[in-house]
Amino acid sequence: MNTTLKAALLTATALTGTAAWAETELNALFMAQAAYSEDDIRAMTASFEEANPDVKVNLEFVPYEGLHDKTVLSMGSGGGYDVVLFDVIWPAEYAQNGVLVDVTGKITDEMKSGILPGAWTTVDYEGASYGMPWILDTKYLFFNKEMLSKAGIDTPPATWADLTAAAQKIKDAGIVEYPIAWSWAQAEAAVCDYTTLLSAFGGEFIKDGAPAFQSGGGLEALDYMAASMEAGLTNPNSKEFLEEDVRAVFQNGDAAFALNWTYMYNLANASDESSVKGKVGVVAAPGVEGVSEHSAVNGSMGLGITATSQHPDEAWNYIVHMTSQPVQNAYARLSLPIWASSYTDPEVTAGQEELIKAAGEGLAVMYPRPMTAKYQEMSMALQQGIQEALLGMATPQEALEAAAENSGL
Amino acid sequence: MFTDRLTFRAWLLMLPLVAVMVAVVGWPLVDTLRLSFTDARLVGTGGEGVGLENYARMLGSRNFRSALWATLTFSVWSVGAELVLGVLVGLLLNQRFYGRTLLRALMILPWALPTVVNATLWRLIYNPEYGALNAALTQLGLIDAYQSWLGQPGTAMTALIVADVWKNFPLVALISLAALQAVPRDIQAAAVSDGANAWRRFRHVTLPYLVGPLMVALVLRTIEAFKVFDLIWIMTRGGPANSTRSLSLLVYQEAFAFQRAGSGASLALIITLIITVLAIGYLALMRRAAGQGS
Amino acid sequence: MDHRSPLFTVFIHAAALLVALAVLAPLAWLFVMSVSSNADLSAKPLHWWPETFDLSRYRQLLSVETGAAFLAALRNSIVVAGMATLAALSVGVPAGWIASRKPQLGWTLGAVIATYMLPPVALSVPLYMILARFGLLNNVFGLALVYLSILAPFVTWLLKAGFDPIPRDLESAAAIDGARLDQLLRIVIMPLALPVVATALIFAFLLAWDEFFYALLFTSNQDAKTLSVAIADLAGGRVSDYGLIAAAGVIAALPPVAVGLLMQRALISGLTNGGVKG
Repeated sequence: MNTTLKAALLTATALTGTAAWAETELNALFMAQAAYSEDDIRAMTASFEEANPDVKVNLEFVPYEGLHDKTVLSMGSGGGYDVVLFDVIWPAEYAQNGVLVDVTGKITDEMKSGILPGAWTTVDYEGASYGMPWILDTKYLFFNKEMLSKAGIDTPPATWADLTAAAQKIKDAGIVEYPIAWSWAQAEAAVCDYTTLLSAFGGEFIKDGAPAFQSGGGLEALDYMAASMEAGLTNPNSKEFLEEDVRAVFQNGDAAFALNWTYMYNLANASDESSVKGKVGVVAAPGVEGVSEHSAVNGSMGLGITATSQHPDEAWNYIVHMTSQPVQNAYARLSLPIWASSYTDPEVTAGQEELIKAAGEGLAVMYPRPMTAKYQEMSMALQQGIQEALLGMATPQEALEAAAENSGL
Repeated sequence: MFTDRLTFRAWLLMLPLVAVMVAVVGWPLVDTLRLSFTDARLVGTGGEGVGLENYARMLGSRNFRSALWATLTFSVWSVGAELVLGVLVGLLLNQRFYGRTLLRALMILPWALPTVVNATLWRLIYNPEYGALNAALTQLGLIDAYQSWLGQPGTAMTALIVADVWKNFPLVALISLAALQAVPRDIQAAAVSDGANAWRRFRHVTLPYLVGPLMVALVLRTIEAFKVFDLIWIMTRGGPANSTRSLSLLVYQEAFAFQRAGSGASLALIITLIITVLAIGYLALMRRAAGQGS
Repeated sequence: MDHRSPLFTVFIHAAALLVALAVLAPLAWLFVMSVSSNADLSAKPLHWWPETFDLSRYRQLLSVETGAAFLAALRNSIVVAGMATLAALSVGVPAGWIASRKPQLGWTLGAVIATYMLPPVALSVPLYMILARFGLLNNVFGLALVYLSILAPFVTWLLKAGFDPIPRDLESAAAIDGARLDQLLRIVIMPLALPVVATALIFAFLLAWDEFFYALLFTSNQDAKTLSVAIADLAGGRVSDYGLIAAAGVIAALPPVAVGLLMQRALISGLTNGGVKG
């Protein structure tokens, strides 16, 4: 593999022909949460620097919660970031405010055809591409195989109703007090879980420019969340959990089910820190009978070049390296590649066949959060609504109606 | 022009401070005022005058009302608790007991702890699954099941207040102690021989010495509490359901997360106005108290 | 005064013990977390004492290979707080002294001190734009400059209150002897005022060390990011290692706590001076 990697790197450098002697420094902003670990990103970057000795990349890691604001705030400083990680929900806003460079012209046919179509939706806005997809991610349903078999459950839930029934069974059997863990803290994470359910129930966020989540599938989704909390099937602490809290609870053996991103699979199933090592199962998030077979939220992220970057060419080379198939295949334990053919490559699939199978089903039905420049505002209103319903401060209907009114749409 | 040469010199000595303050406070403040009447965005375009629209929209929003309520709740309870606890502990520290010097020294520790560290520490303590508070209360048999302290509006606010009080009551206690040590012994003794009971001694002999320093502590702590940002940012980020979102957090959200510099500026000035009114009220109180004291 | 009942004595000691526990327990727990293994910290029931002392977090944070970001933040905090403190003192000492000597200038000082009421959010948007214009975002100098808005009023207030009790006779005597103003300040006033200045210096340093909001807004990477932001990032990101967060907290708390303990007397007298005369 090392030779393929090096070959790819050499071609990348040869193609762009940046043989300048002067050292260029790039500043890149990443997140310290989910997906690739900090160590992975450092290693990927080191291999880039090895192949491009004239370029040095400074890495900066912030929590996901700070990623958007940091990017926007750095726009004022001349020496800000050259490369930034961005979430699938931001291209609209970034495009409108001129935060990212339009890179449509730099994308090759090989990239176009090789990368999964779902991944491209991460970086495209109104026909232009504002970067390269890098993390192809959605929320999966994880389960503790041992707990399920103890409760006499043979197959993982195929519908959300099945999940409720299975969780009830596990709770009744006294195997674990609160079978399901979610990330329902007042944060984007809660909106991701809600989106997964909304897509399962066939709901919509926006219809004809107006909020539409307060009725139909959107309402049923929040009803489901509130009912699961009410019934004691969901860990009540979920309302202050982020992804890492969910992982901590799940890998500590304190939950039978959890909804979380790809990265949890290998950390919970293969790491020595986990007390449920080897017992972790994963499937695509369930569907709703008669409406959907599976459900998934598009939680992908891309790498883009900021409009203030002084070195857009070197920044692009770096992005090409980070998103190249050899690099992605080499670090496929915490985040799955964006390249279609990787999913049949034994190097990627070995040891995580279950995850690859779940990804095949989940990634195909990834549901987008709305593409609007006012996304941050809408999301904030929705987070409040979700929490109000979970806390019993309002009925799901009231909470969502207030959120719709408050959404700025 | 300068009749008194020293006045010129005096101004010369004052000048650096004034210049610095104009640069880092005056100028930005005037600019905030200007921005508050525009629809300027943080990055990019915008900046057309919109009159009082920002103010009207901010004052009328339900976000403002909930943030004002959260800020008031936080300020009143934490400052109140800090004062009461501070004075009580100050009185305690003025008594003679074994280890008094040590305890007086310990009091400086919470105060010296950086706010960010304090907030992080308490967040870990309140952790619903692995936090020390749940573990301690359960092992003592005080609660049956682990609680989501930062996940419910009521307990989340209380949790924030406890963290703030723990850090700040020692300072009030130390200030009280210093003031108490200024109370002349013979007056105390005279009051005792007059047969005054403990409460009357405290009210008429001790309290007058405490009022001045305590008023200052009260003003400083109220202003700080009203500006609160870092503690909440780290412990709850305004959640759950925005029940702990303070006014400062709301400005951050408006101006930096939503990038609406104009309405963010108007909201910031509304907060400034509220604090100013509070401070003037306190100053008036202080004058009256000082008049009575002397 | 030695006529306390035994019951009262017991009560006082019990109360003192309670206060000591309340103050120490959270701090002790911070330290214990920083040396406990993850298994101990996520055990139910919780292990209050680690089975083995695990110092790996401190090594991780303080070694050049693994703790580069943390060390950079530590350095930035020292640099920013140091520069801001010196700058605040160099404008605050002359202003505080003259305000103490010339009461008719009091209103200027009053106006400066009044700015302490301003919430940082009221200045943050223009400060952001101003710093951006001068290329001072994500820059230690820019951040130190902004910190002056907090430190300068506070320090001047403390200094003026501290200068007030220093007798004027000395100054007039020296002035009659023909000393110039700078000589006057250097030879006569400063030796007497040194304790006051030292107190102000410590307060300023602690305030700057503690600051979070401006640092969060105006820094973006290792060039200027301070310790408080680094800790907030640590606590907000992959937080599975509570011990690491605790260790970072212990390191960040050490300098101010050490200074606080050593200089306790000066700090309190500084505050109460300002308080009584305020």
